[in-house]
Parts: sequence; C-alpha cells; structure tokens
Amino acid sequence: MSTRLSSGGLYIDRSARKSFTFNGKRFEGYEGDTLASALLANDQMLMGRSFKYHRPRGVVASGAEEPNALFNMGRGRHFEPNQRATTTELFEGLEVASQNHWPSLEFDVGAINTKLSRFLPAGFYYKMFIHPRPLWKHVYEPFIRKSAGLGKAPSEKDASTYEHFYAFYDLVIVGGGIAGLAAAKTAAQTGQRILLIEQSAQWGGRALIDGGEVAGQPVDNFVEETLTFLKSKSNVTLRTRAMAAGVYDHGYLLAYERVSDHLPEAKGPRHRLWRIRTKKIIAATGAIERPLPFAQNDVPGVVLASAARDYLAGYGVSIGDRTVIVTNNDDAYLTAIAVKNAGLDVVAVLDSRANGAGDLGQKVRDMGIRVEQGKGIAKVKGSKRVTGVSICSQAGEGAVLEGLDCDCVAMSGGWSPVVHLWSHCGGKLIWDDRQQHFKPDVNNYPKDASGNPLVWVIGAANGVMTASGCVVDGERCLEGASDAGTAAQPETHEESGVNPIEAVWMMPQGAGYALRSKAWLDFQNDVKVSDVQLAAQEGFHSVEHTKRYTTLGMATDQGKLSNINGLATLAGALNLPIPQVGTTTFRPPYTPISMGSIAGLARNEAFQPIRQTPMHQWHEDQDAYMEPVGQWRRPYCYPRGSETHAQAVEREINQTRNSLGLLDASTLGKLLVKGPDAAKFLDMLYTNMMSSLKVGKCRYGLMCSENGFLMDDGVVARLDEETFLCHTTSGGADHIHAHMEEWLQTEWWDWKVYVANLTEHYAQVAVVGPNARKTLEKLGGMDVSKESLGFMEWSEGKLGGFDARAFRISFSGELSYEIAVPANQGLAFWNTLLEAGEEFGVMPYGTEALHVMRAEKGFIMIGDETDGTVIPQDLGLNWAISKKKSDYLGKRAQEREHMVDTERWQLVGLETMDGSVLPDGAYAVEAGTNANGQRNTQGRVTSTYYSPTLSKGIAMGLVKHGPERMGDVIEFPKVDGAIVKAKIVDPVFYDKEGVKQNV
Amino acid sequence: MFDASTTYVSLEQDTSLGMITLRADLASDKLKKAINEIGLGDLPAQRQIVSSSELSLGWMSPDELMLFCAPQNVADIVQTIADHLAGEHSLVVDVSDARAHFVLKGAHIREVIAKLAPVDLDPTQFDVGELRRTRFGQIAAAFWFSDQTTAHIICFRSVAAYMHEQLIRAAASGSEMGIWSEA
Repeated sequence: MSTRLSSGGLYIDRSARKSFTFNGKRFEGYEGDTLASALLANDQMLMGRSFKYHRPRGVVASGAEEPNALFNMGRGRHFEPNQRATTTELFEGLEVASQNHWPSLEFDVGAINTKLSRFLPAGFYYKMFIHPRPLWKHVYEPFIRKSAGLGKAPSEKDASTYEHFYAFYDLVIVGGGIAGLAAAKTAAQTGQRILLIEQSAQWGGRALIDGGEVAGQPVDNFVEETLTFLKSKSNVTLRTRAMAAGVYDHGYLLAYERVSDHLPEAKGPRHRLWRIRTKKIIAATGAIERPLPFAQNDVPGVVLASAARDYLAGYGVSIGDRTVIVTNNDDAYLTAIAVKNAGLDVVAVLDSRANGAGDLGQKVRDMGIRVEQGKGIAKVKGSKRVTGVSICSQAGEGAVLEGLDCDCVAMSGGWSPVVHLWSHCGGKLIWDDRQQHFKPDVNNYPKDASGNPLVWVIGAANGVMTASGCVVDGERCLEGASDAGTAAQPETHEESGVNPIEAVWMMPQGAGYALRSKAWLDFQNDVKVSDVQLAAQEGFHSVEHTKRYTTLGMATDQGKLSNINGLATLAGALNLPIPQVGTTTFRPPYTPISMGSIAGLARNEAFQPIRQTPMHQWHEDQDAYMEPVGQWRRPYCYPRGSETHAQAVEREINQTRNSLGLLDASTLGKLLVKGPDAAKFLDMLYTNMMSSLKVGKCRYGLMCSENGFLMDDGVVARLDEETFLCHTTSGGADHIHAHMEEWLQTEWWDWKVYVANLTEHYAQVAVVGPNARKTLEKLGGMDVSKESLGFMEWSEGKLGGFDARAFRISFSGELSYEIAVPANQGLAFWNTLLEAGEEFGVMPYGTEALHVMRAEKGFIMIGDETDGTVIPQDLGLNWAISKKKSDYLGKRAQEREHMVDTERWQLVGLETMDGSVLPDGAYAVEAGTNANGQRNTQGRVTSTYYSPTLSKGIAMGLVKHGPERMGDVIEFPKVDGAIVKAKIVDPVFYDKEGVKQNV
Repeated sequence: MFDASTTYVSLEQDTSLGMITLRADLASDKLKKAINEIGLGDLPAQRQIVSSSELSLGWMSPDELMLFCAPQNVADIVQTIADHLAGEHSLVVDVSDARAHFVLKGAHIREVIAKLAPVDLDPTQFDVGELRRTRFGQIAAAFWFSDQTTAHIICFRSVAAYMHEQLIRAAASGSEMGIWSEA
C-alpha cells in the first residue's frame, strides 16, 4: 500500500495540513502536496478508469506527462474536468471526483470491455460502424458519445476570471531546472531583458530530487544561490507556475500562468496568458522518462522509476513497501537506492541488459539488493493494485522463471528529451542511438527572421543526461543561441562507470500475442503494442496514419509517455530503423490550457465592443428593442406596454407619415473629404458626377467596387469649393474610409485630398413628417423654410442654441431634416426635439419603421437589394450613373459582357394577390429544371414588409426582364409547399412624384 | 473573482479635452509657424507627442497630427492654424466629440495597459514623450504618458463603455503583477 513516510519531503510543509475530498471521502494532505502525492499518502492508488476498456488506473508519473490521474474538479461555477493530479497543487477544501466509470470507481460495468478487448482492436470503430450507413446517426453515434469521453462538461458558467499580458523580452528561458537557471545566470550578466519561467511551483527541477554536486557545490546550494542572484537583477523576471505552451513565428511565445489555481479564494485572475514577443527562446525543458512495454504494465502501482523517487524525496510518500525495479538503463538504480535509503524493501532490480549497470549496479549490490541481469517482467499480477510480478528472460518469449510478491513496480525505459518547443517552429530532430532517443538536431534549428536560431535548447532537452553537464550546457547557452554555426552538438561521449542503455520496445523481446495485447503504450487512449503492430500489418506505414488509426498519442497528454515507444514498435513491425519512421508532429499547446485563458478579459460586458450613439442610454431607458447594425446597437422599434413589435412599427410609421417622428441617425458614416483634388476624387469614387455639385447642395450617390458591384450609397454635401461631406451607410463608414485611403495612398498618391472620419464627432437626428418644419421653427435660430433650405440643400447655424448643420434630405418620402450636432450635445438636442414635438405627438421610430418607409418609396437598401453581385444597373439606378464621366471605379467592369446581359434580373416591386407579406428571400419559379435537376427560377425577393401606409404586403425583388413585365403574375413557393402569387409592379409604392418630401 | 468596485490604478473618464485633427505636409514652414503661433515649439517626431502647459501635439501619421487643448479654445485654434495654412493643402477640423479620453493614475499604469495593448511598456521602450496608436482589446486606441504615473488613453466615443469595462477588469484589485513596480 502507498503511504506517507514519517520523514522526508522537500516540497511539503508538514505543519500545514490541508483537507480535501475524493469521491466524497475526506482526506488530508500537506501544503506543497500535489493532488497525486496527497492521494497516494492516503493509499488511494486507484484513481480512475481507462478510456476504452475501463481498466483500473493509478498514477504512473509525477508531472505534466501523467496520462491516468485525471479528475473532475470543483463544483458548480468552479467545476473543471480532466485536471491532472500530478500538477494540481493541493489546497484546503479541494474537491475531486474520478472520471470515466459507472456506477462507481471500484465497480465499473464498462470494465467488461477489457474482457472483450480481443474484439476491440485498433480500427475497430472504423470497421464496425461504417455499415449500414443509416445506423451511424441513430444508433452508433449516440452509443459512442455516451461511452466516450473522460471528464464531464461543465454545466454552469465559469465564475473565475482570466486575463492576457503582452510582454516583450530579449530572451525567454523556459524551464527552471539547473540548466535553465545556469543559462539565466549567464544571460543576466549581458544586461538583456530576460524572462525565466518554470511550469511547476518549484525552482530546481529534478536535480533537487536526485541530489549530487554541480558547479562544485551541492545542487540545492547552487539553485538557491543562483535564484538569489537572479532576483537581484532588475533585467530578469522570474515566474513559476508558468508553462510555455507554444512557439510561433516571429518570436511569438505563449505562456500560461496558473496564477491562483492553488489559492482558489484569492482575488484576481485564475489564469493569465502571456503573449510574448522575444528575440530568442532557450528551451531548458528537461526530459521525460519512458515506460517499458510489458504485460499488465498499467496496473495501479506500476510507476515510472523517476516518479517513485519524486514521491519519496519530494513528498515523503512511498508507493509500496516492496518495490521491484525494472529497467534497461543505469538511471533507475537511483530509485533502488532511494527506496532502500527510505527504509523500504527493494525486492529486486530486473535489468534487461545481460551486462547490467556500471558503478551504480555495484553500489546497489553492495547495499544488499538483489540484481537480476538479462531479466525482465513477463507479467504484472493484480488488477486494482500490484500484487507481484513474474520474472522472465528478456531474450526469451516470456516463460516464467520465478514469481515475486511486491506492491510497487518502478520502471524505466530510458529518457526522451522534451523537444516540443524546439519543434513547434520547425526545429528538426536526430536519433541518438547511444541514448536511444530523439533529440534536437542543432544544425537544423528553428529560425528567426534573420535565419538565426529562434529557439535554442540546453540540458536534458538537448540530450545532456547528467546534472553537471546540464549546468555546463546552460552556461554555454549564449554561444549556440547567438551563433549556431559555431555551436557543437553537446558532447555525448560515454560517461565512465555508466553502461549504455539497451533498446527495449517489448519485454520480453519475443513476447507472444497474449502478452503483447496486454502491454500498454498509450495509457490514456488504451493503445497496446498489439494495436500498433496490427496497424502496420494492415498497411498503415506512416507514423501519422498509424497514430490516427490507433489513436496513439491523441489523448489529452498528447502521447508524452507513449510516442517514442509507439513509433519504435511501428519501426519494429515494419522492420525499419526508428529515424526512418520518424515522429508525429509536435503542436502547441505543450499541455492543455484553459479556454478561459484564451478568452482573457473578453467576457460578459467586455466580450465585444458594442458601439453606442450619444442617445443610446435614452433608447435603453425606453426599453427599445435593439438590433445589431455592424458593431452598433440600434433601436429596431420602441414597443409601448403590451404592443408587439409589428404593432409598434405600425404606430411609429403612421405617426411619422401623419405628423412627426424622430430617428437617431448618428450611426450614419460621415467622411470629410477636402483638397484641391477632392471633386476629382469623388467623381472617381461615385458613379454619378459630384464635381458639378454646388456649394450648399446635397446629392445622393452610389459607390461601386472596381468590379462594378454596388458597395455603398449615401448623400454627399458640398461644404465649400474643395470640401465635401460624404455620408455612408451605418455599417460602411469604416470600410469606405479605408477604401478612400487605399486609393489615395496606393493609386492616386499625388492627388491633393485629405479624408477625416467625423462619424463619431456628430450626433445626427432625422426629424421627419409633415410637422418637421414647424417643430424646428419652434426651436428658433436657423431659417428652415422651403425658400432658405430647399429639398437637397444644407445649411448651418444655431438651432435652439445648438451648433447644427441641417440637411434637407429624405429617406422616408416625407418632409425631412437630418440635423447634425456635436456628439456631446446629442442627447440634449434629442430631448429638446422631443419637447418641441410634443404637441405633434412626436415619437421616436426605429430601424424597422425606417426600412418599411424607404421600401414604400422604392428606395434601395445596401445589403438588402445588394449582396455583392448586384450592379446599380440591375436596380434601375441608371439615372445615378454619369454618362459624361470618362471614368469612375467600376465603370469598365460594368461594361463587361455579363454585366450588360439583358437576362440579368432587374429590380421591380411585387404585390401579392392576396395582400399577404412575401417571405424574405423567396424565389420565383419558372417552368422546367436546370442541368442539376433543380427547378428553374426567374427572380427573388430582396425586401418584403407589411406596409401600414398601404395596408398590405409590399416587396421589392430582382426578376428576369422584370421592368418589361409590369402586371405579370409570378409564383413564389413557400417552405411549407404553398405558393404565393405576386404581381410585378413599379417599386415606388408611395408618392411617386415626390410631392410630400418637397414641401 | 472580478470585483469592479476596486482597481489598483485610478481610472477616470475626462470629458473636457478638445481635439483637433490636422492633416498637412509636416515639413511645411507655414505649419511650423502656425504651431509656434499657438504656443508650441518643434513638431513631434514619429510616434512622439510634444506638450506645453496647455497644449499637446501628437504625431499620428506622416501627414497627420492631433492637437489636444482645452475645449473652449478649439474654435480659435482651428481658425488660427487654418489661417496660417491658407493656400496650402491641409485639413484642420474639430474632432473633440469623436473620442473619449480616459486618465489612468498610479504606480502600476504600465502593467494595466500591457494587459490590453500589444505594446512594449518597459520604461526603456516607452516613456513620457511618446504617443502610441495601437489597440486595447478589440478596439483602436492611442495612449501617452504625461508623467510616470499618469496615462492618457483615447478611443472612439461609441466604444467608451467597452473601454471602461476592459480597464476596470485589467486594473481589478488582486490582479497585480509587479512587473515594473512592486505588486
């Protein structure tokens, strides 16, 4: 059984007890514990069930690579699944529940799958569920969805907060082990701005666990002294609990800081995503120990040899009283020594190598520990925890030589450098045959914009497997990082007294199917040696294909433990050398990061910018129903009492047509265009002639893209000889501003024109209806009579004390003024108008009333009548296209064959025979079918409304030969199969002569 | 937990800043005279802002400046500059109401801004005298420091509410980082 020893534990504070619950059971641990060490201290070896076979699983590792010990953590608004026990720091009140089992962790019905495993080999789902096709959606998918998945999805909104931080450094060193610390110490003296980050809560890495001497002093002294020095340097920033998630081009590095996961009651963000630009990155990310593939290597109690040392030395926790060590290298002998020194029993060291270990082997023997050379494990005994092992010859097929009772198996298959950050941006790897691992090929480094190394790699991540070597590599980091050409591959000469590792990709090497089908490669996704071999046999020769077919390395741990063993197994099955099989792609993030950290502050009110006019709050206070228009929110209508929206719109229109309505038109784009060439410029931008516009007058204009399609429209006012104010659509202001600047900066750079976007400097109010003039006259000031301010004219002055510019323009067909005042005066002006209009029953109207009134007048709307494929000629707007101008943007495009085709659909009005409202977007059908067997069409609805003015449905649409077919009746099928008949009519339904607007 | 009630820098939305957009040939002698006339010396260099006790003039682009002044002086200054630039291609226009102005004060202003804007705020890289056009979260904005503990931020007025929401979150007490000053 696993337990807390009476002494030991570098990381824990035995005076600070922390209680937590696991599946509702109350446990105790110490400050500094991880969830994994605290569970082990309470003899909770069984931590979860595996993904596919629901096998009992316990912790196998002690860090970011852990595949098994994942938990549902917290509750309600603090719930999060798949939390890794080995990297979760214990805090008071922590609540976790195990995952992927039913009804309970101890008794899981799904475990039947392990009995059926021979029927569930690699590719089973692909083969089984492909036929018959219809069963997929209704039977297979619901079944798979129910049985798949690790943790539960949260059901409540996350209560935590998150943020980003933009940071800039000359150098970022990733990894706070001795190599990273040594590198930081060297680099700090150059005066560069340096960030040193460490993913765990402690500096020093695993050198502190294994002890020894570096740079002529004990490791712990070295760590402490170096940290003290670094903290004294103002050019160095140190950050623990910060994981480098990904390296991207141009020195972009994402670091994920877990600010308060361990302090859930603290104020402030839970996670912080550092968005870093750095000139250089040094990866001192260490190495990860590999498991050995032998039968039943997934039984709880089988752990990595290094993890067994970590729990002992770091947390004072033993996995079991009797430990069997199984290894193919010398390093695992350290575990034997550590276990023995802790007063526990090492049953035996099983070394697959016939010649065993070097000096460490002798030392272990001298301690009285039994060492078996050329031996391995045939099979682990036990199911929910280890009860023993069967020994066999590594060279054989697994014939059992002897059974040993034990409750912990510490395994080591060698070490793999953590090369992720090196690889994210294109660093290449080479196979080190002596150390049996892939390591960075320092001649093929990831490059920055100048071709120099963007990422440099040091220490164990660089294949340097001794502590003193790591420090030396760290101290020399700047040589390679600044000039890769002169940097040599780190020295890999054999250390004296150490015997080389032996490649062991299956234990024993001649294992039959029964053993291979129980030898796990990927613990989290339940992929075994036999699965990879089957994939190879079935023709999946590429490592990328095999990965996807077997799901090897595709779980949340992204194969940190399984990748190398898996591809070595594939290489063996294909009879290829390992480097020829290669690795799968290393992609960010290194370990999963929270969704919240990606969103940062962008939540709730700060989710996205909502543009507000100066009168926005007033609209909200009236409970206006708002709709999005670009990034703006505009009132759609202002319902009163129990009114429906349709009733409100009808009331607003009737009031406006009969007396007086107000529209907040502040969102309208307002671009000031000034210069000696301004008139010439606008002649090119608009289809009609703007240079002939007189000062004091307004003109409606159309703007097309260079492909001829109608892009924007609006009224242009000439303010003086060389100054124009161009109104754009609400959504188009920024786009048209950019469009103007683009032409001025790239094509007509020698034209003297300046543009300023004044959209937000003004609040604009449309005062509309037969009583509009009377209302303005009540305010006093500017003369707004027909004689002084005629239709399509503007003037400026004081209006009721406000600085106003009034435009006599009408988008409704009524007598109408649009009045611009400085935005800070907007709300006061609006209120003044409401007061002055009270005797006329003034009402604000929303965008829907605006749309209906313009449709009654047959005015087009950008985005309704246009969709990026419509040219002004389609809309009967030839009157707004100058015939005199030699050129304008879109002119040549509009002369192309397809654009002058008489078959192009043309704008008409549509009136249903029964007075109903046509569905928006409905198509008019005609006889026959097209080449694809679809019904032929002859037109479509672009705008459709109920017109309160005419008491019937009205619509506009584009119809083939439309204008020549006045009076024809065409048919629009509805979604429900019924057909609506509509007559083609003139698009202007209301006051075609324009008498009302011109009074 | 986010708590809008307390922030670790002070935050105020100031509504009394006059702003004038000035587009012209920045090498023009007439422009220099106009700027001298209103009480400023040299024009700001690229990404710089120059100030007197009453005025600030920021560089916005190779042919654009923005002048900050008391709102009651805007009309006179626009007229003065326009008069000086008569006959020269230029655009001088009051844009005071187009933007919102926020003032951050405190020891940690650099850190708070760096949570929102992708700008290197290290004192060796950004200091008093510079004006940076950038983005804060999802909106365009510009900022400058008038002293080591006072930052000015401007953005379009329609998104002032969003800017305020972002700033109080970035400056929420408890989220101190201690990067350029002790947390």
